[in-house]
Amino acid sequence: MGAVTTPSIRADVKNLNFFYGPKQVLKNISMPIYENRMTALIGPSGCGKTTLLRCFNRMHDLYATTNYQGQIILHPNMQNILSSEIDPMEVRMRIGMVFQKPNPFPKSIFENVAYGLRVRGVKKKSFIEERVVKSLQQAGLWSEAKDRLHSHATDMSGGQQQRLCIARALATEPEILLLDEPTSALDPISTAHIEELITELKKDITILMVTHNLHQAARTADYTAYMYLGELIEFGLTDKIFTTPSDTRTENYITGRFG
Amino acid sequence: MSNQRDPILKNIRRRKVVDFLFSLAGLLSLLFALVTLLALVVDLAVTGVPRISAEFFMNFPSRFPEKAGILSAWVGSLCVMLTTACCAIPLGVAAGLYLEEYAPKNWITQLIELNIINLAGIPSITFGLMALGIFVYKLELGQSILTAGLTLGLLVLPIIIVTTRESVRAIPNLIREASYAVGASKWQTIRYHILPYSSGGILTGVIISLSRAIGETAPLITIGALTFVAFLPTSPVQSVFPFVSLQWLKDPFTVLPIQMFNWLSRPQAEFHVNAAATGIVLLLMTLVLNGVAIYIRYRFRKKMKW
Ligand SMILES: Nc1ncnc2c1ncn2[C@@H]1O[C@H](COP(=O)(O)OP(=O)(O)OP(=O)(O)O)[C@@H](O)[C@H]1O
Ligand SMILES: [Mg+2]
Repeated sequence: MGAVTTPSIRADVKNLNFFYGPKQVLKNISMPIYENRMTALIGPSGCGKTTLLRCFNRMHDLYATTNYQGQIILHPNMQNILSSEIDPMEVRMRIGMVFQKPNPFPKSIFENVAYGLRVRGVKKKSFIEERVVKSLQQAGLWSEAKDRLHSHATDMSGGQQQRLCIARALATEPEILLLDEPTSALDPISTAHIEELITELKKDITILMVTHNLHQAARTADYTAYMYLGELIEFGLTDKIFTTPSDTRTENYITGRFG
Repeated sequence: MSNQRDPILKNIRRRKVVDFLFSLAGLLSLLFALVTLLALVVDLAVTGVPRISAEFFMNFPSRFPEKAGILSAWVGSLCVMLTTACCAIPLGVAAGLYLEEYAPKNWITQLIELNIINLAGIPSITFGLMALGIFVYKLELGQSILTAGLTLGLLVLPIIIVTTRESVRAIPNLIREASYAVGASKWQTIRYHILPYSSGGILTGVIISLSRAIGETAPLITIGALTFVAFLPTSPVQSVFPFVSLQWLKDPFTVLPIQMFNWLSRPQAEFHVNAAATGIVLLLMTLVLNGVAIYIRYRFRKKMKW
């Protein structure tokens, strides 16, 4: 897998510190996110993976006691998306996110997927319908959902709900897609499908994914970042991290001796 | 063996006796409350129900008890409730939404919240006095349906604010995050998610506050509601241009509990029968309102799964 030549950078995390109130959860993280590649975030539970992911779409701004220091520079415009001068809404319109826990709206399947377009003011029915079908197909939910587009989304199974959330994020065609353990609630077949989807999507968009499944990271990620207690221990090509890690902590984690 | 068991069994028996005594005390308290309530209602029904007839609803009050009816009272109650709802619902829901979704979570907000909860416990006659000073004398709205509606609106405003806040708070943050994550604005999130998902709870609060307002007497007497009204408010529909009229808002009025109070204060027993009948009507209205509130809450509970 892996790229032969280094691809261009899509986003650059620079000296990022993050605090929940007085508690520092991310410690001086710096790493590049490469364009049209998949970067996996791995590490033991509570090490700050979700927290880092949520910095990328300014989700933390919704809560008063959170605090960022440092930058995430979005290329090629070189905007710092953490800057208070940039509206979080703009960031969220360009960077999509799928959460760790499935969170469909208690509305119809169709309305769930169409929501991102509706808030952008898209009115054209045929366009919305087209996009909903395409996103459901991409997320591998179409065959199950096509006969019940107007039934309640919360009546679906957990795995179906998670794929619906993926479809909802895809409908607005984000530049960067953030995935927080998107396959943790899925069976092996749906998981394989999502992994295929990610490989397909990489042609057009940049993906940052948290996963606890090391095999999944090894299979699908071009780059892997290993985090531990809020620090970025090691970042590099997936092949290198999994075969010849340079830090013993990384080695211990991926060989299962720890965490 | 039995030597070892005996103290344990004795201990258990002793604690079971306490259990039994407490449950007995609880049951007796419950029965006392229920029986008293039931006796009151049955007494009211036995006296009042035979008096209820179509004429009772269609007649104005009269000097002759058998001719007297509650037409002006129930029409007045209806008009006052309408005005109350129109003033309290938009204010209460907007204030509740602001406090929960927009206001920064600091001590000022907490202070406001605390005061609103306290406001809900203030004796209603205090609202009447305030309304007399502000609405009747300062703003010169008169002793009218509008004044009554505004007064009762203020009285139930805290209930609506608190229930709005509670039902908004019950919506998990995951849902808000899902909405913001696709790029929605605050208003869009409120408009498409927060309001629809909390409307069941809000509606329940509204109905409960109306069922409280419909029985209020003291503040309306304070602002000078009439006790003997032999006319109806101006009709909202007119035969001449512009065909609708808001004159009824400025008309004097009476309401069911005041009519009841008025009849009760007469010496003749026949009037007391009229009062009991009015009481039954008022009780039924409150029961129906509360029933509707329970039904709405049940329907929304079933629909909202997170
Ligand atoms: N809202 C919050 N307030 C305070 N501390 C928090 C909050 N959310 C998370 N934390 C703390 O921040 C740290 C990192 O949490 P985070 O959710 O990023 O971990 P994670 O790596 O995603 O773990 P997992 O693999 O279990 O999902 C944890 O120690 C957690 O307790
Ligand atoms: Mg996590």
